[in-house]
Amino acid sequence: MKKSVIYKIDSLYRDDFRITGYTFGEGEKALCIVGSIRGNEIQQIYTCSRMIQTLKKLEVDGMIAKGKQILVIPACNPYSINIEKRFWPTDNTDINRMFPGYALGETTQRIAAGIFDVVKEYKNGIQLASFYMPGEFMPHVRMMTTGFENTELAKKFGLPYIVLRNTRPYDTTTLNYNWQIWETNAFSLYTTGTYNIDREGAEKGRQAMLNFMINEGILLGDETENVVSSTISDEELISVRAAKAGLFERYVKTGRFVQKGELMARVLDPYDGEVRHVVHAPESGVVFFAYNQPMTYANTAVFKLIPEDKTV
Amino acid sequence: MIKMIETVTSLALPADEVLRVQKNRILPMGKDCGKRICIVTGIHGDELEGQYVCYKVLERIERERDKLTGTVDIYPAMNPLGIDSVTRGIPGFDLDMNRIFPGNSDGTMAEYVASEIIKDLSGADLCIDIHASNIYLTEIPQVRINELHKDRLVPIAEKLNVDLIWVHGNATVLKSTLAYSLNSCGTDTLVVEMGVGMRITKEYCEQLTDGIFRVMKEMGMWQGSTGPVRRPMISEGDGDVLFLNAGNSGVFVQTASHGQFLEEGEEIGRIIDPLRGVIRERVLAPERGVLFTIREYPVVDEGSLVARILRREAPYEKVCDL
Repeated sequence: MKKSVIYKIDSLYRDDFRITGYTFGEGEKALCIVGSIRGNEIQQIYTCSRMIQTLKKLEVDGMIAKGKQILVIPACNPYSINIEKRFWPTDNTDINRMFPGYALGETTQRIAAGIFDVVKEYKNGIQLASFYMPGEFMPHVRMMTTGFENTELAKKFGLPYIVLRNTRPYDTTTLNYNWQIWETNAFSLYTTGTYNIDREGAEKGRQAMLNFMINEGILLGDETENVVSSTISDEELISVRAAKAGLFERYVKTGRFVQKGELMARVLDPYDGEVRHVVHAPESGVVFFAYNQPMTYANTAVFKLIPEDKTV
Repeated sequence: MIKMIETVTSLALPADEVLRVQKNRILPMGKDCGKRICIVTGIHGDELEGQYVCYKVLERIERERDKLTGTVDIYPAMNPLGIDSVTRGIPGFDLDMNRIFPGNSDGTMAEYVASEIIKDLSGADLCIDIHASNIYLTEIPQVRINELHKDRLVPIAEKLNVDLIWVHGNATVLKSTLAYSLNSCGTDTLVVEMGVGMRITKEYCEQLTDGIFRVMKEMGMWQGSTGPVRRPMISEGDGDVLFLNAGNSGVFVQTASHGQFLEEGEEIGRIIDPLRGVIRERVLAPERGVLFTIREYPVVDEGSLVARILRREAPYEKVCDL
């Protein structure tokens, strides 16, 4: 394992801003794993740290395929992590809206350029992503439909679900999108949460990345059994909304199969406890995403269901 | 003249509060309602220059109430939760409201509010969306226009009494803004940027207010007198504008004046290191031009924008167009 500084800028009063990478193996730049890009992506950095522990051991045991190199970047924004802020400390900009970056531009554009110059060289790229809404996902691989997406390759993670999402105007500045445009096979890997540590979710993520590396010949080992992954478009997910605002009392967790009409949550008046709205499953399916905050605004998508005919 | 406070959209919040976006509609008494102009501000909760403009427009209409011959809608707070909590975006969502238009009537609270705002503004003869840069940069009064809409919008903007019209290339324009959404559906919308976040620059606000009445006069909505308006500098391409980013972190101290004409090599400011007592960088004008953006918030990182210069061979004369 080689530890190196991928990008650095100095600061007036803080320690230097450093992005650190861990390289395993030598040769073809086969895979790059990027952990947290935002300062609150703690589950993502945790999952990466578990992966680094595994790769250290595998390298010592000679299990990294000859001529293959893996780069892991656990965190792209340590400044924000250290002050518990999601975006860039001074101007609140999002590094993941700055790719491919601009070396002579604003600070986060420069950081994005510094990262992208390194990671664009890799054949495959995995970003441990988080959702903009607070909540928990079933672990899955997500891809944008850019025309370069490779869903067959995504099956090599061995996860039950692959979600395809149509590109929106603001997506064109994300790492995943630009990776694809620069012809890296790019995948967003969602584990469970964001600003928490979920050991089970991180373990599933770690295992999925190991499956991918073995199935792609980056790690030595027997190919994993073919798991039948269901590919589903984002539009096919059933959005279940809370019609009213109030306290959010949840009855079901992610991964659970719910029958049509089943009670999923209630929204309560925070003062007198009167029920303002009852959330029932509009269709039968698997709970793919569940909102996890104690309070909801009106019309918030508090669950996303995988329709029954798409469940694995 | 009839004044009516109307609710554009409202939504119950979790704990004993209703979110309301409101407008003040002013109609001419006993006459045809004529054309309609919308003055919009407060999409970013930390931009307050538009607050004073709304007040000044209403004050003047009240003073010369018989001169109004069209409908004026004043929307001072598109993001009331943001303004009240000193938050640029929508509190609770960590979301920039000017990145969610045209919204979605079946979407989240923020998307729903955005769609109701678009519904209310659509069909106006002109909409003026007033912004105040952000807390980091100060801007001279200017109108920003997407090149796609310049033929329609530049002639109107020339009457708005601003110092600069900046026509952006379409590729650099964000498509999720209020102005882009309205212009795309045929409602002419001008974006004004002036001053700085969290402050009110009375001089700029009064300058723009005069411009709004001049535009209303051109539209046939105002029969009162209006003063001369400035002939703005016009930047027709992104190549006209020089961006100066900090090469070092530190504390930026301005030495040139905002709006000043700069010779090549002239100093704009210094990035100093208060711990070591040294100058880390002198920020110099790379070419001749007018300093139209200047860093207001002193602390800079490497890459922070410290100034923008409009390339010009001669100083800007604020020639009035009578």
